[in-house]
Amino acid sequence: MAEVLPDGWEAVIGMEVHVQLATRSKMFCACPADYLAAAPNSNVCEVCLGLPGVLPVVNRRAVELGVRTALALGCEVARFTRFDRKNYFYPDLPKGYQISQYELPIGRGGRLGVGAGVVRITRVHLEEDTGKLLHAGDDLQTARESLVDLNRAGVPLMEIVSEPDIHSADGAREYAEALRELLRAIGASEADMEKGQLRAEANVSVRRRGEQRLGVKTELKNINSFRFLQRAVESEIRRQVAVLESGGRVVQETRGWSESLQCTVPQRTKEYADDYRYFPEPDLPPLELDAAWVEQLRAGLPELPADRRRRLRECYGLSEFDAAQLSDPARAALFEAAVAAGASARAVANWIVQSDARLPPQHLAELVDLVERGVINREQGMQVLSEASTHGLSPAEVVRRRGLGQVSDAGALARLVDEVLAENPRAVADYRAGKQQALGALLGELRKRSGGRANMQMARDVMLDRLG
Amino acid sequence: MGAFLRLTEDLARAQAAEADRRLAAGDGGPLTGIPVAIKDVLCVEGVETTAGSRILAGFRPPYDATAVARLRQAGAVFVGMTNCDEFAMGSSTENSGYQLTRNPHDPGRVPGGSSGGSAAAVAAGEVVAALGTDTGGSIRQPAALCGVVGVKPTYGRVSRYGLIAFASSLDQVGPFARGVRDAAIVLQAIAGFDPKDATSADRPVDLLAELEAGVEGLRLGVPHQYVEVQGMEPGVKAAVDRALLELEGAGAELVEVSLPHTDYGLAAYYIIAPAECSSNLARYDSVRFGYRAEDADTLLDTYLRTRRQGFGPEVRRRIMLGTYALSAGYYDAYYLKAQKVRTLIADDFARAFQRCDAIVSATSPTVAFPIGSRTQDPLAMYLCDVLTLGANLAGLPGVSVPCGTSQGLPVGLQVLAPQWADAMALRVARAYEVVRGG
Amino acid sequence: MRRSSRSTILGIVVSHHGLEGYGLTLSREQVRHVAMLARLGLEAGEEEFYADQLSGILGHIDRLRELDTEAVAPTAQAVPLEHRMREDEPRPCLDRERVMANAPEARDGFFVVKAIQEAEP
Repeated sequence: MAEVLPDGWEAVIGMEVHVQLATRSKMFCACPADYLAAAPNSNVCEVCLGLPGVLPVVNRRAVELGVRTALALGCEVARFTRFDRKNYFYPDLPKGYQISQYELPIGRGGRLGVGAGVVRITRVHLEEDTGKLLHAGDDLQTARESLVDLNRAGVPLMEIVSEPDIHSADGAREYAEALRELLRAIGASEADMEKGQLRAEANVSVRRRGEQRLGVKTELKNINSFRFLQRAVESEIRRQVAVLESGGRVVQETRGWSESLQCTVPQRTKEYADDYRYFPEPDLPPLELDAAWVEQLRAGLPELPADRRRRLRECYGLSEFDAAQLSDPARAALFEAAVAAGASARAVANWIVQSDARLPPQHLAELVDLVERGVINREQGMQVLSEASTHGLSPAEVVRRRGLGQVSDAGALARLVDEVLAENPRAVADYRAGKQQALGALLGELRKRSGGRANMQMARDVMLDRLG
Repeated sequence: MGAFLRLTEDLARAQAAEADRRLAAGDGGPLTGIPVAIKDVLCVEGVETTAGSRILAGFRPPYDATAVARLRQAGAVFVGMTNCDEFAMGSSTENSGYQLTRNPHDPGRVPGGSSGGSAAAVAAGEVVAALGTDTGGSIRQPAALCGVVGVKPTYGRVSRYGLIAFASSLDQVGPFARGVRDAAIVLQAIAGFDPKDATSADRPVDLLAELEAGVEGLRLGVPHQYVEVQGMEPGVKAAVDRALLELEGAGAELVEVSLPHTDYGLAAYYIIAPAECSSNLARYDSVRFGYRAEDADTLLDTYLRTRRQGFGPEVRRRIMLGTYALSAGYYDAYYLKAQKVRTLIADDFARAFQRCDAIVSATSPTVAFPIGSRTQDPLAMYLCDVLTLGANLAGLPGVSVPCGTSQGLPVGLQVLAPQWADAMALRVARAYEVVRGG
Repeated sequence: MRRSSRSTILGIVVSHHGLEGYGLTLSREQVRHVAMLARLGLEAGEEEFYADQLSGILGHIDRLRELDTEAVAPTAQAVPLEHRMREDEPRPCLDRERVMANAPEARDGFFVVKAIQEAEP
């Protein structure tokens, strides 16, 4: 895509993406993982509150989803994995440490297809989410106190770290979108960025083209939509180039996106010093992932979006665009079933992509067939689609009940044409005098008179014939 | 004596009434109606539990520790919470944030620690049994100094859920009682897999079947490094030597074994335990519970003052030490190195146990020392643990059983066994008790 | 036991004012850094106190360097345990009343803390 990168400069971007896993309970305790509707501090227990003496117990499903993700990203899945403690003080972190994975993450060394390219994945690891802070007055600098809600504390979190293989703001956005698509396809996360289920951080640096060394990077955080991600990265690239071109130096720091200022701004950092004192979590024995279990999970993976897109293009002759639009698992399944039921691939794709058709596959195939055979026109098809899906009827049934059958009978059409011509002598005269637009008006009148049921292709032929 | 920090009279009365009902209904077990004390580091639902620390003053946990819940289930009667060194860090109970506990055998001397209150309560006959915790010797050493039996089970034998953590990879819950059989009965009741503790083992526990099997034909290892340890008092050595002869007389074969890395145990321990403690004690930040300094203006200031004021000097010292050992640039030199030495020490024991069924030694190189005599010298205090902390580093079960006196004060005999051979350690200790006419 | 300014631990002579035979000491700046990491406030004179105390203990600990552990695997947990995971089944949470019962300061169901001003040293 077109992107304005100042001449002679190259951006280097690596992504760190946190996603909440689609489990029912939290990472280390049995509190529900769905905290969004809960009143403050009503979705907690002694474990996620970090009260004295409590111990974590790992949620098997979270590990399973971590392994599925690692496999889907083509990572090497660890035979032995381990949890570590990341120590820092912050009121939203109840224990004063976050249980995470440092030395032995669950997955290492994968790749994710993004657009036409590939971004290498450094690692995938599991950890726990923190609680939330509300600042009275909503301004960090003037607030006198903060309110702590720990409902989110302990929700299973997975971090996916990429290599710095991305070189544009569009690329960063596409990477995050491709990751979201993959995570949804394998059921690892709902990955809704607005709900905070997917949080993307970009490490951005720039360098002069041809330069081998990496520039000083900044970390962009607290971005809550794909659009903002793209804008933030774009703005940050420009800012860094401007700083360097004016002889300045980029400072390593954390920055956030300001929607009102339309630029990135420095953020206060949480830690007095970045010394997290990682060490193995003594409350959890090392986790030996059973090879047979991992293989079972591998075999259970659904078709991945990139694979599906390729197959849709190659097997059904779909365009890149349609294939991408159909890579959502539910849409793809509908598409393939409708085609299997005998409908034409391109027409089915068209109905799903353009009209967001959601019908049982048999019904969709029937609808496509009704339009293709000219029983109803495309416009009626939309009406049939709407009624069929609302009332759960088959399209043929809707057509029958509504009397929507297209008028294709030559004699009936001829009568209609004659009526219209007789009642609109002025338009007829205009047409004959060379005004082409008059034909449209006459056909429009005919359509109206037929209650929208006329087969307009045939009607046009008859009318042209009559108009001589 | 000062063994108890607080008595739980209402709870005890209710439990006693319930125990009477159960016993009358013929529904009682061996612990039904038995008065027990709980070390103040084990959470008791609704009862103030403070880990001997001012920072937890007033804290009432909304849950029972699993060991506590199991005693409750068994019908025991909770008399109260016993004094201990703050967060179980100490060997004399002098680090309690609340009060001193005196040794029932000599009120001018310490009861040992950190579970000094539990040991003293049992020694004074205030309860039949008590729960303690042992991270480097905190059950066995006070048991020795107070002349009672104390058991530190294999790591993973008893759930640590609800045990206010000091050093998670070393902590274990265990019982005190006046005799080995009573201690074994309590341990049997609290041991076993707990789904709330991922480090608790899902293995069968049968501590009583072989308890009276004696030592005839058993090989008992005597590590010369434990005999020659510096600071060993001659009276303690003499009492232990006598005990060894008595065991030999009962049919045991004494074999010399070697634990060549003994000298490094203390150093490894004083990296690993403080490192884990520095992290475990980070949760005392005054956000959700516990003491909060009132005079702070900012959040950072709240943290600094709360923790400075809420923790005592020994706890602060260990947090500093552990934080340093884990900090950037020092991790490999200290923490990782200590973990490797831990491997060497565990290997020493594994090799020794190829030659013997259990290892016997003194529990503490000294008898109970005068109150105040070691408080100014942290290393001198740490010396109390030299014979006990190896078992924690290696995860082994250990029992301390009284074996006579020196200077009129109790001496403890320590019996260590391989991992999961808790029954063997108890059997040897029980055999010694029998030889002594117990 | 005697009250002394020197004690003998496992053959190493240690005094309160440092260590004989080992030169390892902590600077006051290191003490400040560690205290800040640990969020432990220091009072007047405590930098020296901790520098002294920790140097003494570390002097003893430094003997670990004598051991060649190049080929030794670290032990994080001494007892090999099978890691038993939990099934993903939610259970009811703690009553909010009990959640807040031990809180030093609470309002409207939130825990209340002083505003964050982390730019300080």
